[in-house]
Amino acid sequence: MKEVWLKIKRQDNPQAKPYWEEFKVPFTPKMNVISLLLEIQKNPVNAKGQQTTPVVWDCNCLEEVCGACTMVINGVARQACAAIVENLKQPIVLQPLTKFPLVRDLMVDRSKMFENLKKIRAWIPIDGTYYLGPGPRVSQSVQEKIYPIATCMTCGCCMEACPYVKKEPNYIGKSNYMGPAAMAQVYLFNSHPTGAMEKEKRLDAITGDGGIADCGKALNCERVCPKNIPLVSIIGELNRQTAFRAFNRWLFK
Amino acid sequence: MVMKVVVVGGGLAGLMATIKLCEHEADVDLISYVPVKRSHSVCAQGGINGAVNTKGEGDSPWNHFDDTLLGGDYLANQPPVLGMCEAAPGIIYLMDRMGVTFTRTGEGLIDFRRFGGTLVHRTAFCGSTTGQQLLYGLDEQVRRWEVEGKVKKYEEWDFLSAIIDEEGVCRGCVAQDMKTMEIRAFPADAVIMCTGGIGAIFGKTTNSYINTGSPASSVYQQGVYYANPEMIQVHPTAIPGEDKYRLISEGVRGDGGRVWTYKDGKPWYFLEEWYPAYGNLVSRDVASRAIYKVCRDLKLGIDGQDFVYLDVTHLNPEWIEKRQHGVLEIYRKFAGEEPTKVPMRVFPAMHYTMGGLWVDYDQMTNIPGLFAAGECEYQYHGANRLGANSLLSCFYGGMVAGDKVPEYGKKLKKDHRDISSKVFETEVARQKAKTESIYKLNGSENPYKLKEELNEYMMNYVTVVRYVEKLKETDKKILELMQRYQKIGVCDAGGWSNRTAIFIRHLWNMFEFSRAIVHGALLRKESRGAHYMPEYPNRDDENWLKTTKAKWTPDGPQFSLEDVDTSLIKPRVRRYDVRKDEVIKEEAEKEKVATLRKEEVVVG
Repeated sequence: MKEVWLKIKRQDNPQAKPYWEEFKVPFTPKMNVISLLLEIQKNPVNAKGQQTTPVVWDCNCLEEVCGACTMVINGVARQACAAIVENLKQPIVLQPLTKFPLVRDLMVDRSKMFENLKKIRAWIPIDGTYYLGPGPRVSQSVQEKIYPIATCMTCGCCMEACPYVKKEPNYIGKSNYMGPAAMAQVYLFNSHPTGAMEKEKRLDAITGDGGIADCGKALNCERVCPKNIPLVSIIGELNRQTAFRAFNRWLFK
Repeated sequence: MVMKVVVVGGGLAGLMATIKLCEHEADVDLISYVPVKRSHSVCAQGGINGAVNTKGEGDSPWNHFDDTLLGGDYLANQPPVLGMCEAAPGIIYLMDRMGVTFTRTGEGLIDFRRFGGTLVHRTAFCGSTTGQQLLYGLDEQVRRWEVEGKVKKYEEWDFLSAIIDEEGVCRGCVAQDMKTMEIRAFPADAVIMCTGGIGAIFGKTTNSYINTGSPASSVYQQGVYYANPEMIQVHPTAIPGEDKYRLISEGVRGDGGRVWTYKDGKPWYFLEEWYPAYGNLVSRDVASRAIYKVCRDLKLGIDGQDFVYLDVTHLNPEWIEKRQHGVLEIYRKFAGEEPTKVPMRVFPAMHYTMGGLWVDYDQMTNIPGLFAAGECEYQYHGANRLGANSLLSCFYGGMVAGDKVPEYGKKLKKDHRDISSKVFETEVARQKAKTESIYKLNGSENPYKLKEELNEYMMNYVTVVRYVEKLKETDKKILELMQRYQKIGVCDAGGWSNRTAIFIRHLWNMFEFSRAIVHGALLRKESRGAHYMPEYPNRDDENWLKTTKAKWTPDGPQFSLEDVDTSLIKPRVRRYDVRKDEVIKEEAEKEKVATLRKEEVVVG
């Protein structure tokens, strides 16, 4: 392989019309999709030989821990840094995520995922940062269970794959579903001894509009999660807990 | 009046400072180049140091302090380093309370592993994604303050400059929205720079794509001293890649990984042979130099190439997977091989900036009201940083800044609301004009290619081994690139999210910092820590136990020297082939003999 053939969906700004542009980039062994985009920066010429603008995309750590470079690569949402060219069918088709407002080209605005974390109170309610000694003891088995969930990098793959998270822009649908990532964080904070002190508040935050009941169990989320978070069983467990809480409320009202 | 503070950068230092400021009832504008949860702190793998001493090894904060100074070849001012080491156990406990998923012992306590430059288990960790987990812990707490209305985040804003009034006091900053490209002032009573390292200058780096050092360089050009710029850490073990060099944590060696290459057809564990006391866990500068020596001088790299092996195949695969899943996954993904079956191929890569903005013990720069914390300042690591001390210094620096800024605020005579709007307007106008001039660049040079040329020189000549002639050549090259900068073509005229224009701004700032690094290296005529000059191979405490301070001028950096505060521990010879207690004993003996001789002379 001498050259890599790329098709990129581009859009100059949120109001502009999207268009496709093709590129031919020199191949080097073990290169990833990020390297392709870096090559285009250095030589912004498309496959027709016309001068163009460098492609705009989001990236940072380049080792799949920050979540920035998520895009749709050959139809699947994943991190561009971990997408090795040798393993991809050509032409490699790059598109922006569709569940978030577009910024430019492959860059989108995922701030609603961070807003969701506010709604579900995704934090441990500590008293303050002054010295209060160690935190509660945690067994190895509990740590091994919750650590993978804590590696969620808010990348948006699960949002993209979930048919119940609505598309941007102007989607006309019923669901305001916050998405699987937020659900997993509820489970994470409710598993911590101090976090569990606000367990009910978090369960209430995912009861009702945008909450857990909006999940239609398509099971796509777990398949695309780059951190292999067991999203399906987490959502199942939360379903049980929210139902139990509703029942309790009815019983003790 | 409620104090208003701008924190620039949302990595560990910035977030920690923000939380402290909120607790002191200040209002915070948090400006970040990326959503804070994606800051470069996520890349830290191995852990965070704190002498909690849970392994019956007799460790103590003082011992941690001693290791840190020795690791840094005594270039750090000692009192703040001691402060950091004493605070370390409390910081680990604080993060524990925040729910950080530290790896545990059978008793449910936080587990500790060994790291470079030390002989004890002092490093707390979360698998091998400790930085990510710690960052998330702080990110969550800041989000809580955001909900309370104390913090307003400005994510995906690029810091342009500090606003300095006619009295020379910092009154806020100017930043640009990277979507709308709007440039505006952020008036404040103080600004804390927490903008991280400068890896992009070197290219072959474990740093993130965003680590250009642009904001720090910008305030350097406004008059903040850049201290010890020549102190650049090269990490011994990274996976070479086109887009970045991916780190393989020192923790892998802490958990038993061994470094070797073939000699006479047999595995040669050269670190263990050369440094029997510390073995694979010698300090990073020492390990990187050793690997360079093996590959470049002895030509004993694997297959004659620039690689050595980092081997974990002798360890229990399940056990190492549990502790190092994150890095092993990185190796599998990017190198395409199974590290528990085949040794990993690694080579040194630029990793950390020990030098940085000069600050006093309150984290304040020489411009009143302008503070700095985290990797962008110079204070805690001297000439070489010990592994797992960076996360710690980010927390500690952020904490100190978060506590000291309100104290500074109380002493301020004028509130930022009393400052004439002209002060803000002038700086905004200056930055707008500068940005306009970038848009007007319509030559033939490609900015990304200029960066690549800079990278080649900086990586080849200003990292592990530094020759005077090559340094001078590099400086010439930078000057040439600065000329060619004027002939850049923007190749993007877009008025919306124009990343190329932003990159061009950063590129200039990278040139300015590069010159300070090269000039600092030329100035320091000795070898100390990460700074190794074959022409001056020894440490020279008499002349060079000094901080180099670069001051920006239009004609290039001008340096002054400052004595290092060594009031707590007398600098010793730095050796990793024998245990440090033996070195201490040896030196004490020597001193005894010397005093006896002196007495003999007096008596005689």
